[in-house]
Amino acid sequence: MGRGTLQELMDALIAWITDPAHWTGSDGIPVRLIEHLQLSGASVLVALLIALPLGAYIGHTGRLTLVAVTIANIGRAMPTLALLVIFLPFILRAGLGLGFWPTFLPLVLLGIPPILVNTYVGIGEVDADVREAARGVGMTEAQILRRVELPLAVPAISAGIRTASVQVIATATLGALVASGGLGRYIIDGIALQDNPRLIVGAVLVALFAVGVDRILGFVETRVAPRAAMTSQVAQGGAA
Amino acid sequence: MHEGEPLIEWDWIARNGDQILGRLVQHIGLTVIAVGVGLAISFALALLVHRRRSLYPPLTGIAATLYTIPSIALFAVLTPITGFGSILTAEIALVGYTLLILLRNIVSGLDNVPPDVREAASAMGYSRGQQLWRVELPLALPLIIAGLRVATVTTVGLVTVAAVIGQGGLGQLILSGLRSFFATPIYVGAFLSLALAFAFDFALIQLQRLLTPWGAERSRN
Repeated sequence: MGRGTLQELMDALIAWITDPAHWTGSDGIPVRLIEHLQLSGASVLVALLIALPLGAYIGHTGRLTLVAVTIANIGRAMPTLALLVIFLPFILRAGLGLGFWPTFLPLVLLGIPPILVNTYVGIGEVDADVREAARGVGMTEAQILRRVELPLAVPAISAGIRTASVQVIATATLGALVASGGLGRYIIDGIALQDNPRLIVGAVLVALFAVGVDRILGFVETRVAPRAAMTSQVAQGGAA
Repeated sequence: MHEGEPLIEWDWIARNGDQILGRLVQHIGLTVIAVGVGLAISFALALLVHRRRSLYPPLTGIAATLYTIPSIALFAVLTPITGFGSILTAEIALVGYTLLILLRNIVSGLDNVPPDVREAASAMGYSRGQQLWRVELPLALPLIIAGLRVATVTTVGLVTVAAVIGQGGLGQLILSGLRSFFATPIYVGAFLSLALAFAFDFALIQLQRLLTPWGAERSRN
């Protein structure tokens, strides 16, 4: 790429960003950003509601560990693009249409493994003496889980939520392929229309969004658990 | 995905065997190049860190930020520069994603070598280079291969995303199925990429057994 074309690209980019039309309406940057945030947030929340109780049960009882490990391994090896589309035929047959559901459901599934694994590993790693002491003072199993194990597992769980969030945000971008909203629209439409400024703006916004959320959750992580760095290194998620 | 369409049309698979095989080979090629180049770069960086420890935090910081950027965004931003459908566009991003895991694992592998082993090696008259190649690296191999396994499985998944910028091996099958609302190529692409990830993982486990026979010996005792 010559210097001239690079200059043209920069000019086109600045023109695109400063065009007020790109800041308002249903395809404007604020709306796309909020769509992305809502879609990712709802997916991580539902994944958390499923994975946390399940992980707590597995971690506390030691049952179903094999199931959890299998889910985690398949979750890690499953390409996100594949995960996004394999349920599409069923979703369309169920009459749920394109857009929200074909993106939301895979994102929930994507968010489950990191939270599930970190929850049960975090609880499983609670010192056996601590658990015995809790039993000794007469706590019921439910109380042990709620008052002892879960608080001690908070660093691991929040690390899992962080990994899940970054992966979900990345994959929500691909949702544009199945007609979902969000910042991925700029990338997918930019490629389809060969509109480089749109493509680049979308890519930069997605990157900033993912890195920003990762940093914020990383900060929260050190806040909820100053000892997090010293405790175990729990499962690291893959890039998406 | 139309009414009455079977989930998988087996005769489509039979008729398109060549195309499917071609995509699979392309997928393997993209993965091997990415992990190979990533390993070479990470190895050089790890040796640098081995000499100058102060470089480690900034290098992992950069690699971690790169790792957090969604692949589709990195592919997209490179496209106007290196071109749509170019292998270079795909590989620059794919290599970038391997660096964090590989660098971390190589460095911690080298860190894990016990100091007495190091002392024994230098007492036997090994130069620094010999020490690295004959003592430290072999002992670091289990962690290096563990890193390779994670990096390879991750890369197999990321390659499918490169379909969006006109590369992507099996991802192309998935995307073409999506565009024509035809389920069969979607399932073929998804199944084969999952199978490929497990096959690479299995192969690397075997490689580790082969390269570190003492590991199995030790765990048996």
